[in-house]
Amino acid sequence: MSEMKKIKNLKEFSTSADRFEGANLLCPGCAHSIIVREVLNATNDDLILGASTGCLEVCTAVYPYTSWDASWIHIGFENSSTAVAGAEAMYKALKTKGRLKQPDRNPKFVAFGGDGASYDIGFQWISGCMERNHNMMYVVLDNEVYANTGGQRSSSTPIGSSATTSPAGSVSYGEKQNKKDMMGIMAAHHIPYAAQVAPNKWKDMVKKIQTGMNTEGATFINAVSPCTTEWKFDPKDTMKLADLSTDSLVFPLYEIINGRELNITYRPKNVVPVEEYLAAQGRFKHLFKDEYKYLIKEWQERVDANWAYLNRREEARV
Amino acid sequence: MANTGWDGFEIGAMLRSFDGAVDDIAGTAQEDRKYSPNNSFTASVADWRLEKPIFNKDFCIDCQFCWIYCPDISIISRDKKMLGIDMDHCKGCGICAEVCPTNPKSLIMYPEFADEETEIAQWPSKSEEK
Repeated sequence: MSEMKKIKNLKEFSTSADRFEGANLLCPGCAHSIIVREVLNATNDDLILGASTGCLEVCTAVYPYTSWDASWIHIGFENSSTAVAGAEAMYKALKTKGRLKQPDRNPKFVAFGGDGASYDIGFQWISGCMERNHNMMYVVLDNEVYANTGGQRSSSTPIGSSATTSPAGSVSYGEKQNKKDMMGIMAAHHIPYAAQVAPNKWKDMVKKIQTGMNTEGATFINAVSPCTTEWKFDPKDTMKLADLSTDSLVFPLYEIINGRELNITYRPKNVVPVEEYLAAQGRFKHLFKDEYKYLIKEWQERVDANWAYLNRREEARV
Repeated sequence: MANTGWDGFEIGAMLRSFDGAVDDIAGTAQEDRKYSPNNSFTASVADWRLEKPIFNKDFCIDCQFCWIYCPDISIISRDKKMLGIDMDHCKGCGICAEVCPTNPKSLIMYPEFADEETEIAQWPSKSEEK
């Protein structure tokens, strides 16, 4: 059971039996469940899962229902990472003592969290797990806002976005701060594997998840999750938005091994201007007014600078 | 009370997904699983839908794009073949119809009251622009 699941193409992948169930209460068109399915289907091994408070947790565990076909725990806003790390530490201890009933099974430990639970509230806990290098994976479902509680800004919210606590109007263009570079911070823990993924690039995503799961040590995954409610677009366009975010390089796909080796795993053939990405979302619609148009130019410059920085890092292997 | 350790420990708010012991869940298809009444698979969100997807088998190439991008596990794919849509769990978001690559599309969104057989009989023909 411990060998890696072979997934060559989508047809082969589609024979997986899902361990995440429908009739959860996530919005129609939510990317969270697409990401969760891709993560869970990437392996056939047993799973020990945790979820921080957030959309994913409140929508998949509405009493008396559960949507999870694997052992799953909800514990708190901040500490799904530590709960799963604790389970991993216990598993390791019992295995060493020879007290496991089925020692040949090889469970995978995965914690999920939204960007609020990861970038802000659970930051210290995740940092601790990464520093202690537990054999687990932490997956951020990054929708760049506290979507569960009504769209407050988080430290993942990008500049210019209109959130309920940083609304755009006559005196403000919305969020004033830049998005936190979580990947850089996590890679600076020198963990074995950190990667940024997107649901539309399923093959790249599954490859990274499998690499992470088969790496001994802590793994950090940052997944972009277009939020139809808070990004304000039509539910059917979820994959289009995911395509735009990766093709406009707003959300580049790369991996960092041991905190040093950066590999860019996806280079779009036709790079889309950031303007198109912004125009597709209602939360940026005020940027197209004359007085805020300069922000679109700044966006493009910042995205280009970040892409150049990633390319330099890839070349220099640092 | 005797201390039985973890074996005798039962948490109050624990929901079991299945009735009885389960050994290899990743190798069991959904129709063969023994779901407990607490599993959300037994619930329905069909009343959320305003539009429903209608599947026309004639044009399907089994690419499985709809299966991978369906957020609600509503596309039933077995043995690399797309069989149909699970209407209890479909919320009608329309992603499947959007990502369908065939021309004409083999999945199209229709209003909830539309009749499946009538719509399949008058399915749109191949469009030139794509």
